[in-house]
Amino acid sequence: MSLKRKTLELLKRREQVQMGGGEAAIQKQTAMGKLTARERILSLVDKDSFHEYDLFVEHEARDFDMDKKILAGDGVIIGTGTIFGAPICIYAQDFTVAGGSLGLMHARKITKIMDHAMKLQVPIIGINDSGGARIQEGVNSLAGYGEIFYRNTMASGFIPQISVILGPCAGGAVYSPALTDYVFVVDKISKMFITGPEVIKSVLGEEISQEDLGGARVHSEITGNAHFFAESEKECFEQIKKLITFIPWNNQRKARTFKSKEPRKSYKIDEIVPGDPKQPYDVRDVIKSVVDDSDFFEIMENWARNVIIGFGRLDGETVGFVANQPLVLAGVLDVDSSDKAARFIRYCDAFNIPIITLVDLPGYLPGVDQEHAGVIRHGAKMLYAYSEATVAKISIILRKAYGGGYIAMNSRHLHADFVFAWPGAEIAVMGPEGAANIIFKKEISEAEDPEKMRKQKVKEYKEKFANPYVAAAKGYIDSVIEPEETRKFLLHAIKLSSDKNEDRPRKKHGIPPF
Amino acid sequence: MEQNFKTLNIDNTKYKTLLTSKFENRKAWEKPDENKMLSFIPGTIRKVSVAEGQKVKEGEVLIILEAMKVENKILSPKNGIIKLVNIKTGDKVPKSHLLLEFK
Repeated sequence: MSLKRKTLELLKRREQVQMGGGEAAIQKQTAMGKLTARERILSLVDKDSFHEYDLFVEHEARDFDMDKKILAGDGVIIGTGTIFGAPICIYAQDFTVAGGSLGLMHARKITKIMDHAMKLQVPIIGINDSGGARIQEGVNSLAGYGEIFYRNTMASGFIPQISVILGPCAGGAVYSPALTDYVFVVDKISKMFITGPEVIKSVLGEEISQEDLGGARVHSEITGNAHFFAESEKECFEQIKKLITFIPWNNQRKARTFKSKEPRKSYKIDEIVPGDPKQPYDVRDVIKSVVDDSDFFEIMENWARNVIIGFGRLDGETVGFVANQPLVLAGVLDVDSSDKAARFIRYCDAFNIPIITLVDLPGYLPGVDQEHAGVIRHGAKMLYAYSEATVAKISIILRKAYGGGYIAMNSRHLHADFVFAWPGAEIAVMGPEGAANIIFKKEISEAEDPEKMRKQKVKEYKEKFANPYVAAAKGYIDSVIEPEETRKFLLHAIKLSSDKNEDRPRKKHGIPPF
Repeated sequence: MEQNFKTLNIDNTKYKTLLTSKFENRKAWEKPDENKMLSFIPGTIRKVSVAEGQKVKEGEVLIILEAMKVENKILSPKNGIIKLVNIKTGDKVPKSHLLLEFK
């Protein structure tokens, strides 16, 4: 046989395997509103950049007549490509082949591309669409999951790991996404749970649909398991591509820099924050009034909305924002928001992304439910994450900064590098009303007109302490700045921090309050 | 910004803000009633060994609750009289469901 004929044979073999589970199965996939695994990869990576490996891998299962079954690529596609020129490794489970079930060779393909990503030190993207373990392969399936989890853990903080849930992802399979940095879900397509509706019904008699139990909205709004929600697969891929532009390829690099662009004129930084600390506003407008092109890429938009996290750029360089959101729950810290912010702080620290903290909070949320849900250990995550981080840490106190919340929000005392405050900042142990009631309890109760006395004492306290100058007098704040100067101060702080280095005591690892 | 603003009181200061559904739907805390026995895990009632009005001793088996393929013996926490039996054999119960009440 000539090389030409052999090449033709290769093409024929390729074509066969690339059909996945065959036309009928593909039609079924399409009818569910889903793209095929191959279409997904091709819509995510740069044109003509995808290179596939292990196309001809076959399973070795023999039991239950499995030896008579051929499963194209063993139900998963792996390869490499680029996204806006950035190198990535990728895998996509193919639901048209045995329901994307995970057997030994399927898992080996995934771990192979993960190992590849670790050696090349580039991001790994996993597209999940699988019915779960391939039951016919028994304990080999479990071994496969375990090997993936181990690699997820080894890769954590070393290379970016992105999980995309585009179908069912149930049982043990959900733990790989949970170990990765970012989980993307799509409305009506993504389903994640440990035990599905049928098991729940048989054990508890509770009836619930897959969507209500673990659909995209549930994980974006209730559980906090997902970081990005999209209405369609197309929108989801756009989100992933955008995320890739903000993060570095590995933990020894910085994110790529882009051309600097002034914020849009429509955001007027001095008109956003009301003078009265009891009035709400959207802190995202403050972020948009300082970042390049007013482009803020928010993460976990719909969960724990009382704190805002996400990426923007300053002079072309990626920065991470953590901001109290006075619009929701007055911007308090609580169990969920502490969890959300702390993890993001650790992400930024792992991947050399400076952290900018915008402070405006009344403190921690009071309540039995919060205390019983462990707000102590969850709140402590914030203190841990900020103290531990060695990337540039810059705070701007926009308005109120009271009590424990003030300490937790990247205060000087947790060794922030730069702490700036706007003229309307109030750094105090608590709000004037609460403080006056305690300090002047006796005077108020013994006064002829207690209400009048109370008001007077609140006023006195406000005048004396509700300002940035008490903290500035101690050096807890570096500069009190005009709102319009914010971008200038931030650009300067980022520029000065490019070679920032801080040593930490030698240890295997700390024990954060997980 | 016309939104459904509410008031959140923190340290005697009333903040104008949006509330989350999680916050609004939180359950008010109640002191647990020592006379009420609640299920500690969801499952199926396999056996009820007591009747209303019956005297029971501390440590006596009152109910067998099967959950996660394990039969759990629910023992009496004290000497007392059963006032109410709220379940019967075969019932599927959620977590924190009232099983028995003591007098």
